[in-house]
Amino acid sequence: MSSQVETVISELRREFGEHLDETRVTHKNEIYYDVASLDWLPNVCSFVHHQWQASFVCAWASDERSRDGAFHLHYVFSLDQFGLFVIVCSPVSVEDSEFPSVAAHMIAANWAEREIRDTFGLTPVGHPHLKRLWAHPDWPSDNYTMRKDFPLNSQPPRVEGDFEFHRVEGEGVFEIPVGPVHAGIIEPGHFRFSVAGEPIISLQVQLGYTHKGTEKLCEGLSVEHALHVSERISGDSSFAHSMAFCHGAERLAHVEVPERAQYLRMLCLELERIYNHLSDIGMIANDIAFLVGYSHAMRVREQVMTLNEKLMGSRLLRAMNSLGGVRRDIPDAAFSSILSTLATVRRELRDLAELLFTSASVLDRLETTGVLAQKIARDVGIVGLAARASGIDRDFRRDHPHLQYHRVSFKVPLYKSGDVNARTRVRVDEVFESIQIIEQVLSQIRPGPIRVPLEKIPTYAQALGYAEGWRGPIVHAIQTDAAGKISRYKIDDPSFHNWPALIFAVQGNIVPDFPLINKSFNLSYSGNDR
Amino acid sequence: MLKILRKTLQTGRVTIPYPSKPDEPPDGFLGKPVIDFAKADLEKLRVAESVCPTRAISIETDGAKSTVRLSYASCIFCGRCAEAYPEAIAMTTEFELATTRKERLLVSADYVDGKPAQVIALPSQPSLEQLGEQTKREIFRIFRRSLHIREVDAGSCNGCELEIAALNNPIYDLERFGLHFVASPRHADMLLVTGPVTRNMEIALKKTYEATPDPKLVVAVGACACSGGIFGESYASKGGVDKVIPVDVYIPGCPPRPQAILHGILLAIGRVK
Repeated sequence: MSSQVETVISELRREFGEHLDETRVTHKNEIYYDVASLDWLPNVCSFVHHQWQASFVCAWASDERSRDGAFHLHYVFSLDQFGLFVIVCSPVSVEDSEFPSVAAHMIAANWAEREIRDTFGLTPVGHPHLKRLWAHPDWPSDNYTMRKDFPLNSQPPRVEGDFEFHRVEGEGVFEIPVGPVHAGIIEPGHFRFSVAGEPIISLQVQLGYTHKGTEKLCEGLSVEHALHVSERISGDSSFAHSMAFCHGAERLAHVEVPERAQYLRMLCLELERIYNHLSDIGMIANDIAFLVGYSHAMRVREQVMTLNEKLMGSRLLRAMNSLGGVRRDIPDAAFSSILSTLATVRRELRDLAELLFTSASVLDRLETTGVLAQKIARDVGIVGLAARASGIDRDFRRDHPHLQYHRVSFKVPLYKSGDVNARTRVRVDEVFESIQIIEQVLSQIRPGPIRVPLEKIPTYAQALGYAEGWRGPIVHAIQTDAAGKISRYKIDDPSFHNWPALIFAVQGNIVPDFPLINKSFNLSYSGNDR
Repeated sequence: MLKILRKTLQTGRVTIPYPSKPDEPPDGFLGKPVIDFAKADLEKLRVAESVCPTRAISIETDGAKSTVRLSYASCIFCGRCAEAYPEAIAMTTEFELATTRKERLLVSADYVDGKPAQVIALPSQPSLEQLGEQTKREIFRIFRRSLHIREVDAGSCNGCELEIAALNNPIYDLERFGLHFVASPRHADMLLVTGPVTRNMEIALKKTYEATPDPKLVVAVGACACSGGIFGESYASKGGVDKVIPVDVYIPGCPPRPQAILHGILLAIGRVK
């Protein structure tokens, strides 16, 4: 046990003493605390979050009634400075079906608790805004999909009901409903604006349209099978999500992935970051009618997609990840083509950045648009590139070293202004950093095996798996059953944390800037809804 | 302004000539899987069946007779089957898999006492060149100078959207065919639908279909739209677009590459009579 782990455990023992039941440390960096009484759950979580400045990662429930007659809650926090995860746990009895809300003290857990309410029927008492999350109004109220006695294939009837939106009233105030089918080639969701003239007074976001029952679907599956599902949680993060899943399964099985495979995974993660960032830079240019910028960005992005297809057989880097490593080796002979493509990307992006950031009309649209203040970003629990554009210095690649990231040097770009400009610049800077990372990967990588078998998945075990995707940290929690199959699979996409940011960032901006602000976050609907 | 002009001139034309010239995917591209039924051993095919994440390969046994089926509508092109049984299953680089008839996406073979008895092959499709010509004529005849497309995401993972959106970029440049994405179904001649159709998108999809004026075409893009894909049928997923609205063309793939989507759109227009 490392001294940091000991420090964390003894600190919490001193603070809460008899209110903590048991402490377990698994996989070197997961510290589990069982809260002795459910009433103390918010206090312990609040302490970890506020006193230790540990960021909220995710929260989920599991139905373990068949084992011990209770549901179990898990709140995960990240102690970035120690590279540790603290998981505060507590059972909830079937009779009570309620628990004191943590979100009441820590708004970052707002959506997570609403999801627990929707899918398990456990009520967070004192929650500030207990509106349904993905369950639409036509979903019958007593059907909780994540309970074990709800069959995957059941077809509950549609019931009567309307979405609840709060109303802004006053002279000249109008509502603009948008979606779920949007004007662009994007995913479905509903936005409800209240406006007075052009400025937006409030935005409400209704998601859940792409809910596919992904977590439920994986229950009872083998990890081999679920891997393919994980690649399809959010298409633009196919590799990062499958990486987080594999990481979790490998930790469960106590398998160390061969070094060469770790480097190849880094290559893929960075290629995924590059192609998405280029695409977003292009789409941001598109949304301000700077079509030249769009065309150049997309042209360069296509070179990366073509490289992906050539190296991995899939433009979206699917079918590359494997449990225990990767499925394809990249021959050393192909390195030169990777390096030359990346040299082109670097050169082209420099040109493009110059075109963009020296144009007064571009800056006029990007600067001071869609500001997300750092205080709000911290309170709401914003993660990933959106957080870094608001001055929050977090990156799982550095804070929770995985793969071989500790052996490459890279900067974590940070901007303070929190506007569309900052989010665009974070992307530009990160592409340059990713190219540098790949160059180091290709110089450090050595011949060796690319895959080891996962002999046996332990029964009744649990592990976290994670990766820093291009959007932000992706965390998966996997629990196994008596047969070593998946009994609970919690998927946490950065979008789940960042959608609320949009609500704050658009306030006071004009409606025509909404698409631009939305694109500057570019959040996943499917990753959010699952 | 001068910088912009200089960059534009330096760059030149980048649009690929597909489909007037064929496009060869790189070696190792995960295209259409092919089973050599004459060579395949039934027991080993059962291994391939067991690793297939979407049951695209399925085997039905009735006494001495077994029927092996491979559905390209369900296939997610992961290559696990070819990895499990490389002697008889190969991933080819073929990607133009779109079809107007869903039954064309199914190959099957009968085995009696474990020996291959009968293979039902896929009917051949018109060549692309013919298609291109036909397309031009048909677009002109029915839709005059252009065809307007409304994209509807009925719950996809966003993978298909990335590839559809790519058709707008200068590499694929969809507009050179007179094909144009529009913002409203009211303006559309064609709906390009992705996703397995989630319960929460079912009503919106139906309404979008009804809002689209006749004559209209529906193209299902990707494994989810063609069959439900890896999400199948559940409380949250309807299991494919044709469970909800009529479909004219199916484009397999997970996701199909942009050229494959372009191929499917052209095929759809060729079908309008």
